[in-house]
Amino acid sequence: MISFSPSEEQQMMVNMVRQFTTAEVRKIYRECDEDGQIPGHIIDTAWEMGFINSYLPQEHGGLGEEHSAITGSLLAEELAWGDLSMAMHILCPALVASPILETGTDEQKNRYLPMFCQDKYQPATAALIEPLFNFDPGSLKTTARPDGSDYVLNGEKCYVPLAAEADILLVYASLDGSSQGFIIEKGTPGLETGEREKNMGIKALATYELTLKDCRVPEDSLLGGRVNSGFDRIMNYSRVALSAMAVGVARAAFEYSRDYAKERHAFGEPIASRQAIAFMLAEMAIEIDATRLMTWEAAWKLDKKEDATKEAYLTKRYADDMVLMVTDRAVQILGGHGYVREHPVELWLRNGRGFATFDGMATI
Amino acid sequence: MIDFELTPQEQATIAAAHQEAEELLRPISRYYDEHEHESPEELINTLWERSLAGGDTGGMLGLGIGAVLRIEETCWGDAGLMLCNPGSGLGGAAVLSTGTREQMGRILARFNEGKPKWGAMAMTEPGCGSDTSAITTTAVRDGDEWILNGEKIFITMGKRAIVDSDGIVVVWATVDKSAGRAGIKSFVVEAGTPGMRLEKLEKKLGIRASDTATIVFDNCRIPFDNILGSPEVRKVEEGQTPGFKGAMATFDATRPIIAAMALGVGRAALDFIRETFAEEGLPVRYGLPRHELTAVERDIMDMEANYKAAKMLMLRAVWLMSQFKPNSLEASMAKAKAGLAVTKIAQKAVELMGPLGYSRKYLLEKWMRDAKINDIFEGTGQINMLVVARRILDYSREQLK
Repeated sequence: MISFSPSEEQQMMVNMVRQFTTAEVRKIYRECDEDGQIPGHIIDTAWEMGFINSYLPQEHGGLGEEHSAITGSLLAEELAWGDLSMAMHILCPALVASPILETGTDEQKNRYLPMFCQDKYQPATAALIEPLFNFDPGSLKTTARPDGSDYVLNGEKCYVPLAAEADILLVYASLDGSSQGFIIEKGTPGLETGEREKNMGIKALATYELTLKDCRVPEDSLLGGRVNSGFDRIMNYSRVALSAMAVGVARAAFEYSRDYAKERHAFGEPIASRQAIAFMLAEMAIEIDATRLMTWEAAWKLDKKEDATKEAYLTKRYADDMVLMVTDRAVQILGGHGYVREHPVELWLRNGRGFATFDGMATI
Repeated sequence: MIDFELTPQEQATIAAAHQEAEELLRPISRYYDEHEHESPEELINTLWERSLAGGDTGGMLGLGIGAVLRIEETCWGDAGLMLCNPGSGLGGAAVLSTGTREQMGRILARFNEGKPKWGAMAMTEPGCGSDTSAITTTAVRDGDEWILNGEKIFITMGKRAIVDSDGIVVVWATVDKSAGRAGIKSFVVEAGTPGMRLEKLEKKLGIRASDTATIVFDNCRIPFDNILGSPEVRKVEEGQTPGFKGAMATFDATRPIIAAMALGVGRAALDFIRETFAEEGLPVRYGLPRHELTAVERDIMDMEANYKAAKMLMLRAVWLMSQFKPNSLEASMAKAKAGLAVTKIAQKAVELMGPLGYSRKYLLEKWMRDAKINDIFEGTGQINMLVVARRILDYSREQLK
């Protein structure tokens, strides 16, 4: 039965996150963007809210709630509304926890999932993107070669969030032409973390290049224990997560520019009283809502354990365009004020532009 | 709980409507496009009998998800023929949203018996469209009667309502010009009332199977009780005018329906492209990185995503209505998005199909012409954007003109 109403429990969680982002994240996000770092206490507070351990099974120390992509989307939107860098940092361990939960072997679950149910933030990350303009997640240049009872990985990765501090990395490589995940622990010889990257946006999030030079990992590092088709599902989770985050960023920009347009006077009345501005805002509102609903639908399909590739892919593409359109217009509505760093809209435009690149960098 | 699962009943409704669209509408679609103002009698009788048997000859108000998706499916068959569907239609919607119980019984009973009938809505005039406050048609009280004078245009199914059947037309008129919006009331005029005449039928770009009429009221006398809502002219605050509120409440119900109609036409165009591509062995490859997509794949994916965006907004607006929650903002969002998105989808489809798209051998060019109406009637795209803008800004009509 069709319904657009989050459950009471979901709404409570959304409210809780909104309180956190309003009271804490929004107080410091500009500073974080300028300084390129996020204070540890923010991450700790967020960790205590249980974004990840809530959906991990009780047998591994989690709260055992359903791993719902819809719930994940709702929370990801709220976090990204607060700040995208912080949202990606807070949810970064999910890049390992979620794929292991969805496609890992029992042994992998037993070994790794308890790490995400500890009291302290567990740094972990995934390495998917490669430094190529024609990067294709379905046809990776990073390779995994079977060698005895090991795999040997070679290649270059980029946009690996928190690579320097991560205890566990899920590295995606091409094994006989298909993309597979490999769980690699920190300190494995041949796994080299490069310099921290300098990006246009998400500047508070530490991302790194990663090099794999004859990086040898045991057979049981292969996610799922065998060559499998779990990669599509992992990608779809990421697409849904990023679409939800795009909605969050866009909503932040929309709200700010709407409020500004009502305050700012020109020719004797608020600029929002002119259709040129009002219609821009109306279109922004429509596209934000439409993208959110499409995201929910793709998430719903994931939750039904059906192939959600078409829905997730189309939604992500739509969200990429939407967030750029909305954040650009937010800057435009503020005019010159939108271009200066005293206002946040330029930050949202920089962050918004990244979504077309971020595939695989966040999940729920 | 957020859910997108259709109930088995809704699925059955859609399947039946799809079959009906394929079997009854598509085969005669081109004929009635090329023979404007001819009436598809056989279809009308079939549909009427089916709806009588199903006990469903109601208006466009209070429709649930299943009913609205059925409308999408029917418009996938043919939007013009869908509008020919007998029933109380927009006129009925006005009666249901603003009428009394007595009026509903007295006026709407005809739609459950006898021969096919239609209910139409007469709002637009030669000098005013979206600005309904500028209505010049007058209603003057004379004892137990109202006397109507004026000219109404663009009345969808106007001819079928008052000439071809024993239907009704709901007429918007002012009882007090000086009162502005507060003076605007709606009146039910029954077919055959002296002083009401069909003046003209429009020749249109699309939806040619549906008639679009001009009706003139020349000292047309109707019973006093045929006024919908209160006859009193109360000068109340802007936005609270009761007569006007009635019209707006109707729009909340009808705009999502227009969005659904638009989506039906858009999906017809999309399906045509997908089938043609499949026959030619050209897949649309979801999941590829951007640089590997062909320009045509990009176009199709954009069209599909826009269709889905509009559909989600439409479903939300209908769902809110079915929950008896306010949906003015969401209804206008859905209508604005669907009207424009589908217009663009159909236009792009003609481009992508090249000579097949432009030829009248196929229905695609017709769908492009049909699609455009959804960006216009029940409030143009711009009017709906204005409604959305006022709502999100919390502005009155004075603050945002």
